[in-house]
Amino acid sequence: MTGFQGYLRPDGRAGTRNHVLVIPSVGCSQMCAQSIARGFKGAVYLPNVFGCGQMGEDRSIVRRTLVGFGMNANVFSVLVIGNGCEELSAEEIAGEIAGSGKRVEAVVIQQAGGTRKAAARGRKIVREMLDEAEKLHREPVPVSGLILGTECGGSDYTSGLSSNPALGFASDMLVAEGATVILSETAEIIGAEHLLAKRARTPDIGRQILAAVAWWEQRAIASGQNIRESNPAPGNIAGGITTLEEKSLGCIYKAGTGSLEEFVAYAVRPTRNGLVYMDTPAHDIEQLTGMVAGGAQIAAFTTGRGTPCGSPIAPVVKITGNRQTYAAMRDNMDMEVASVLRGKETVAEAGRRIFEELLAAASGKPTKAEKLGQRDFAVFKMNPDI
Amino acid sequence: MKKAKALVIDVRDNVATALDPLEKGSTVSVDLLGRVERIKLLSAIPMGHKIALTTIEKGQAVVKYGEPIGLATSTIGRGEHVHTHNVASRPRPVGS
Repeated sequence: MTGFQGYLRPDGRAGTRNHVLVIPSVGCSQMCAQSIARGFKGAVYLPNVFGCGQMGEDRSIVRRTLVGFGMNANVFSVLVIGNGCEELSAEEIAGEIAGSGKRVEAVVIQQAGGTRKAAARGRKIVREMLDEAEKLHREPVPVSGLILGTECGGSDYTSGLSSNPALGFASDMLVAEGATVILSETAEIIGAEHLLAKRARTPDIGRQILAAVAWWEQRAIASGQNIRESNPAPGNIAGGITTLEEKSLGCIYKAGTGSLEEFVAYAVRPTRNGLVYMDTPAHDIEQLTGMVAGGAQIAAFTTGRGTPCGSPIAPVVKITGNRQTYAAMRDNMDMEVASVLRGKETVAEAGRRIFEELLAAASGKPTKAEKLGQRDFAVFKMNPDI
Repeated sequence: MKKAKALVIDVRDNVATALDPLEKGSTVSVDLLGRVERIKLLSAIPMGHKIALTTIEKGQAVVKYGEPIGLATSTIGRGEHVHTHNVASRPRPVGS
């Protein structure tokens, strides 16, 4: 049985990392959360600026994103820091995360008597949590326990010809072993959505994919922008990508050839194994944040032009098909698959290498983004704040 | 057989992708999925950019990955650079 070395959680899931996570329930408590996490190896915080003043659906998006990070199997235990008068209270978030069976505590600045006292109390809790986290060791976990988030950004001509098809091969290997693979970034399936809809397990899932594309196009037009004129980005065009359809067709290769088993909204955890679709923006960091909130314990990020992107709690393996980018950005790139372009390696061979690298990262091999401390976090919102 | 300098992904494609920067007036070998064809370039092609494999009439689909990636906004000659100056997304009514 193929597998990885992971941390088993009380809810039966397995983490690829063992973080203690400090979540500010509201922007007002972000600095306090940061000052608590700073100085502890193994503790991370989320730079959340929301939690108060969101309208409509945004309230539930912010809540489920923060809760989703706390629930993620890469997190050992959680401290939530609130201010005290916000809409999204620390207790509410802590209560939901506690459903996973992990230790969750909440500290509220107004109740603690100010930032310094709240931070002192928080540091004491984090120290305890880290001591407990150290006692847990990795154990063999089957591949079926993995949720992989797939992403591409800074695409160029190599993305659709090498890195995405190779990642697609690895995605198919993971799906064959029972893992879950998330495909997302709706604006970047435009022009290829009909192909994905045909691969949907049910007609309803196909309709949801087409409706998501229509929503994004309408939404963009309502704000005075034609997605097809602003995307591809200038860097994509310089790299040889002419239209959004071309970018999208190259983009969807990364999820392999499997049937689309489920459609989920932003930051919602898939309930099925296999290939699933999550409706997220194409914005790299908002997309990654949504997939990790949806339970992804690892992500594979293909790029042509190069990107430093990383997650606060999940390893992000960055793969490029562009030899020059790999040479120029060794700090950021984990893997190179440029040999596919020259016919020196087949897509299948490169795909198997990616599969092995993903399992190594899942088992603890630090990614370049982790070495750099690259902890990107941004929540997708539909509306302005009030 | 001369090494191909441009790649075709699907048999339906009417463009190839240049694997190196290519000079105007030069002749390149294109691997048409098993059959290598030589094409004289009507324009310089930056690395990673596309070359027309046949004449693509104005309004006709530009095909890559076996799928339309846009429509020619002017007639594109065989061997010409295919990019934003002569291709645009297919207009699609919202909600369709």
